[in-house]
Amino acid sequence: MNDNKDYLVEIKKNSKEFRKKILLMSYEAGHSSAHIGGAFSSVEILSTLFTKFFNYNKNNPADPSRDRFILSKGHGCLVYYSMLSSMGYITKEELKTFEKNGSNLLGHPVKNQELGIEFSNGSLGMGLSIGIGLSIGYKRKVKKNKVYVLMGDGECNEGSVWESIMCAPNFDLDNLITFIDNNNFQQTGSNDEILKNKNLKSKFENFGWEVFEVDGHNEEQLLTTINKLNLNNKKPKAIICKTIKGKGISFTENDNKWHHSVLTKSNYEEAIKELENNEIG
Amino acid sequence: MKLDKSKIKIFSQIGMRASFGMVCLELVKNNNNLMVCTADVSTSAGLDRYRKKYLDNYVDVGIAEQNLIGVATGLSDLGYDVITTTFSPFQTLRCCEQIKVNLGYMKNKIIMVGLASGLVLGELGFTHASIEDIGAIRSIPNLKIISPSDSGELFKCLGSSLNEKGSVYIRLTGGANNKIINHDDYNFEIGKSIELRSGKDVCIISNGQIISECLEASTLLEDDNIGCSVINMHTIKPIDKTKIREIALNFKLIVTVEEHNIIGGLGSAVAEEISQIGANTRQIFLGINDSYAKGGNYVYMKEIFNISSKKIYQRIKNEVK
Repeated sequence: MNDNKDYLVEIKKNSKEFRKKILLMSYEAGHSSAHIGGAFSSVEILSTLFTKFFNYNKNNPADPSRDRFILSKGHGCLVYYSMLSSMGYITKEELKTFEKNGSNLLGHPVKNQELGIEFSNGSLGMGLSIGIGLSIGYKRKVKKNKVYVLMGDGECNEGSVWESIMCAPNFDLDNLITFIDNNNFQQTGSNDEILKNKNLKSKFENFGWEVFEVDGHNEEQLLTTINKLNLNNKKPKAIICKTIKGKGISFTENDNKWHHSVLTKSNYEEAIKELENNEIG
Repeated sequence: MKLDKSKIKIFSQIGMRASFGMVCLELVKNNNNLMVCTADVSTSAGLDRYRKKYLDNYVDVGIAEQNLIGVATGLSDLGYDVITTTFSPFQTLRCCEQIKVNLGYMKNKIIMVGLASGLVLGELGFTHASIEDIGAIRSIPNLKIISPSDSGELFKCLGSSLNEKGSVYIRLTGGANNKIINHDDYNFEIGKSIELRSGKDVCIISNGQIISECLEASTLLEDDNIGCSVINMHTIKPIDKTKIREIALNFKLIVTVEEHNIIGGLGSAVAEEISQIGANTRQIFLGINDSYAKGGNYVYMKEIFNISSKKIYQRIKNEVK
């Protein structure tokens, strides 16, 4: 438990760092805008994964023994770049090039082995299929690598997502762990307004997955859930994370105008100030 | 890989689809890294024996082609030599964006084999007849496209494709008992066309099984003292620019013949090259004239789209007069 407590402090510290980096990149993007809301909603998911579970080699992004991460909700790249920066693959200076001419860090991830960006994403509904291919491959090669995929709930509108959800249980992929950032919003409104997609838990279960539901901003729940995953029960895992779009900054929370928006200097300063004032408990 | 007379004969009898399955069986014997992925078409692709014998080198994702390309991409990322296959429309258009992002943009390598492309499934209608595949795939960077002329050439090009850098779309045409175009073993090189027949008056450029109609047309033309070259332009991308330029400078009349829409296919690729050199030549596009039609068997379809040997012959004869 003490061990967990130490991790919780570390995860919270990293979440704060991720949010600061997300704000920095959003501010640097200027008028080209940035996908802020969906990046903030995924922060605790990635910081928990990165702090405690994700196996990587900071000196070699291509280490064959590494775990794999696929950002299927490609517009959430700001939190992904933040994680890769904390892994040591992307410098803070490079973060500042976000969405600038000729940058390696565009508004959706572009495959770049040196920077640790494993796959290009942006067109929704493609990442889980790639994760399944990797998971099948690792199983057949009898390798222990784990494959993590992060999807959005809006992304689950895509038919291709359901092709992959139907596929994974057929191959006994207990090495495949999929997070669904269930923030209840998509580009132009709430899920209920655009395309109702409730009961994700029972949907995944009915397709043959092992499913967990957690508060996606509660580090302890995330930590405990990932910790107890049975990686030998032949079932792919879905962790449905109940989240808040824009989480962490009061003026961005649950306000869908921050789906893709310009962060002004005053917005930036206000947000940083709010983050600094939040104690890590 | 080497071809012998018996292989050439058997391959021709069983057609390209069944030959594909046999070639995979041969490939996997020496390559444990091979992974053949299908979307519920093992029987149609001649893969039933393969599927039973090499289960660890086989993945069937069901009727879900978008997922097929994604799964194949993950396997390719881990270093497997991946071949995907399903019927041509579903191997290309159904998952076109996955092909663009995963193979074109990210440059993951997969060999995609489109079954029964062109007009051979005309009886099943234009959901299955495939006349748009080359046009769609040709517009995606970093992909190669090959349309083998007979089953033996499929054998050659599949082996070559596995040794290539980058993804390849292999387009299978014709049915069982297809015509043998290449009667002996020969040197096959991706991107390098083959002159099958030589003549002075007109040059036919074609690929796939429809070349058999071109060869018959050229024989009829020879009888009328019209000399006819026939070029097997098996690789549509990258196209053999050197050969096309040479042809454009030496022939007043070029005829492209294809089992594809005349927009976006072989004819277009040839014209794109010719138009840049200002040669004193003219190109006639024979193929599907940007339209759908009522269905029918292969012979009927070739006839109504004016790419049977007799129609090709008549058209060229009229042009040369």
